[in-house]
Amino acid sequence: MTEDSGRKRSPAPASGPKGSPEDAGFDIWLEAGRTEKHYWRDLWRYRELFAILAWRDVAVRYKQTVAGAAWALLQPFLTMVIMTFVFGRVAGLPSQGAAPYAILVFAGMLPWQFFASSLSSSSQSLVGNANLISKVYFPRMIVPVSAVVVACIDFLVSFLILAALMLWYRFCPDTRILLLPAFVLLAFLASLGPGLILTALNVRYRDFRFVIPFIVQFGLYVSPVGFSTEVIRNRFGETGVLLYSLNPMVGVIDGFRWAILGGESAIYFPGLVVSLLTVTILLVLGIWYFRKTERTFADVI
Amino acid sequence: MSDIVIRVENLGKRYEIGHLDPTGYRTGLRHAIQDALTAPFRRLTGDRGSEASRKRAAREVFWALRAIDFEVRRGDVVGVIGRNGAGKSTLLKILSRITEPTIGRIGLKGRVASLLEVGTGFHPELTGRENIYLNGAILGMSRAEVKSKFDEIVAFSGVEKFLDTPVKRYSSGMYVRLAFSVAAHLEPEILIIDEVLAVGDSEFQKKCLGKMRDVASDGRTVLFVSHNMAAVAALCSETLLMDRGGLHFAGGVEAGITAYRNLVSSQVDRWRWSSGPGREIGNERIALRAVTVEPVDPMQDRESTSTALKVVIDYEVLAVLSGVTPFLFLVDDLGTEIFNSVDLPSAVATPDRFLMGDLQPGHYRSVCTLPGDFLNEREYGIKVGFNTSGTHFEFVSREILRICFAQTQTMRAEYSGRWPGMIRPRLGWVSAPRCSEDVSDLHERTERGDARIS
Ligand SMILES: Nc1ncnc2c1ncn2[C@@H]1O[C@H](COP(=O)(O)OP(=O)(O)O)[C@@H](O)[C@H]1O
Ligand SMILES: [Mg+2]
Repeated sequence: MTEDSGRKRSPAPASGPKGSPEDAGFDIWLEAGRTEKHYWRDLWRYRELFAILAWRDVAVRYKQTVAGAAWALLQPFLTMVIMTFVFGRVAGLPSQGAAPYAILVFAGMLPWQFFASSLSSSSQSLVGNANLISKVYFPRMIVPVSAVVVACIDFLVSFLILAALMLWYRFCPDTRILLLPAFVLLAFLASLGPGLILTALNVRYRDFRFVIPFIVQFGLYVSPVGFSTEVIRNRFGETGVLLYSLNPMVGVIDGFRWAILGGESAIYFPGLVVSLLTVTILLVLGIWYFRKTERTFADVI
Repeated sequence: MSDIVIRVENLGKRYEIGHLDPTGYRTGLRHAIQDALTAPFRRLTGDRGSEASRKRAAREVFWALRAIDFEVRRGDVVGVIGRNGAGKSTLLKILSRITEPTIGRIGLKGRVASLLEVGTGFHPELTGRENIYLNGAILGMSRAEVKSKFDEIVAFSGVEKFLDTPVKRYSSGMYVRLAFSVAAHLEPEILIIDEVLAVGDSEFQKKCLGKMRDVASDGRTVLFVSHNMAAVAALCSETLLMDRGGLHFAGGVEAGITAYRNLVSSQVDRWRWSSGPGREIGNERIALRAVTVEPVDPMQDRESTSTALKVVIDYEVLAVLSGVTPFLFLVDDLGTEIFNSVDLPSAVATPDRFLMGDLQPGHYRSVCTLPGDFLNEREYGIKVGFNTSGTHFEFVSREILRICFAQTQTMRAEYSGRWPGMIRPRLGWVSAPRCSEDVSDLHERTERGDARIS
């Protein structure tokens, strides 16, 4: 991490008049509104800190609650059972093709749960690490990103349930499942954008933490978790689905279903493109807003 | 050849102090949204905004640092000194990139590590071993670096036996030792340390100072904030004296420490304080005008501990007030309150004193006497304040004046020398063989004044 300090070792006159052109002798100039020229390189340099913060959060979580791992499994499982019952039995919503309804729900549940938990943990992450922010320098983006990574680990754990469900129903996925990692990445990016925006807002406006559970609650019902996007198409037609796809989680969840359920489940490409666009826009917006505000985090946290 | 590694040019830092609402949040989301939504309508109607939103807009700005210029050469150990709130920590935070300057700029050469707090990021649930890696990474060490110094760190801290215990079970001493040990093994070119040595036991502090001396002798540059002038004198080659956001003095250690002492002592008046432009104390109901400490008997020496003194408090009542109650605090040189004395009307035998009734606006004077042979040969500060209606608090001043008793080492019987303690009251003593006659007689003899007094 050593900056190339010995680079310019011209026999600099010790103290010249201010503003004299010996600026080159210094490795870095700190000033107001300085745009970080090496922002991404700096982020890469701090990868070890990033890894250790993520590790800390996982270690602490699984240490504190003996049932930590069990909870990560139990929560999505129970939600899936309830959803299957409510949507499949009570509301009588149809499944997709040959896939059992429980697997349909769970394939939607997985990315949704990930999205919800990464949103709530990343939005609290900076405030929760206020002490670090005000006492040490590092690229601030490390903190919310590592919170999303931690949520990602719970997410991978709950894949075990999916595997168990498949065994139980003797359901065999086809080769499309090999494309699942691409959709995991998409889910990651889809969570990161809104996560960054909410994190930055939460530093400045602390009452934002009251808004987040609401977003998560509301989002669950407007995302195709308990039903498939087919239901929307049958009711509202093509345009309906396109509009519906503005919700970035639609593309993610449909992608998950497409990869996991195989068979007849088809992916609706224009919809996927719309979702991809929203994800990209939110991500760019998130990074922009975060970078714009991160310089003042230490002053207001 | 001297080689500049830090150059600070016209540095300034402005903080905006948001009005804290009662819930403690600096800025309410609701308010921000409300202001944003109503802004276009206000522009249309020419309305300048509601009373509340105007108040919010009138944020207080505060310059924590102003027009700072200095340079630090490679290998210098610089003591950053100054009173609380002078801006020392703010300067260090800007140097370590935690916050950015508002104006001016700073050039840095080489890797900077900063230690603004001992044990930043320590997690109570993690073990000592885990925290060493965590804290190391937070301070900017790579994993490989921590690994190679691990044994040294552990040995320095002396907590080998508890390495695999969660640090929440550590005593606070162990915690600090472990935390400091990690920091002590940083090897940056520029090391920035805030007032962190204030914690920990004195033996460990010595060890840390020794370690810092090693760091400095390696040719590394150190910036170090301390209130401990002995440590500054022992370690530093240069000083930066900060005062109210400005750089008051920059230069050698001895001159720096002298300037610091002068600054600290010039801050308060001695024996007499009076109000004037820019130094008003009070509120819209009562204003303090002058406070004087003088001997009861004008012929006596006010700096002798045996002299009885009176504290004369002159003040102006600006509204019709009932039950005006002056009080004072005597504090020691560190600001610790030694006692508080109140002119409580109900505590005095004569109930119809004028303070009981309504006071018309006008000038008043209250006098409190401090007995002789009561205070010690040291410096004290006095704070004055008022209550009304018995217990309604009006205000209390800062430490507005100091009184100081010369170390005359006045003999008390056989003993001459420094008398320990915050105060030195003269109390009655009787010693005798333990038999009934003497004990019952004790009180009487003290009253008559023939008991020994020391
Ligand atoms: N984040 C902040 N927001 C507003 N004011 C601040 C902030 N941080 C420090 N200050 C103010 O800046 C001044 C200087 O503080 P500081 O640098 O901590 O002083 P020192 O370390 O010399 O005691 C103080 O008056 C403090 O209240
Ligand atoms: Mg400080």
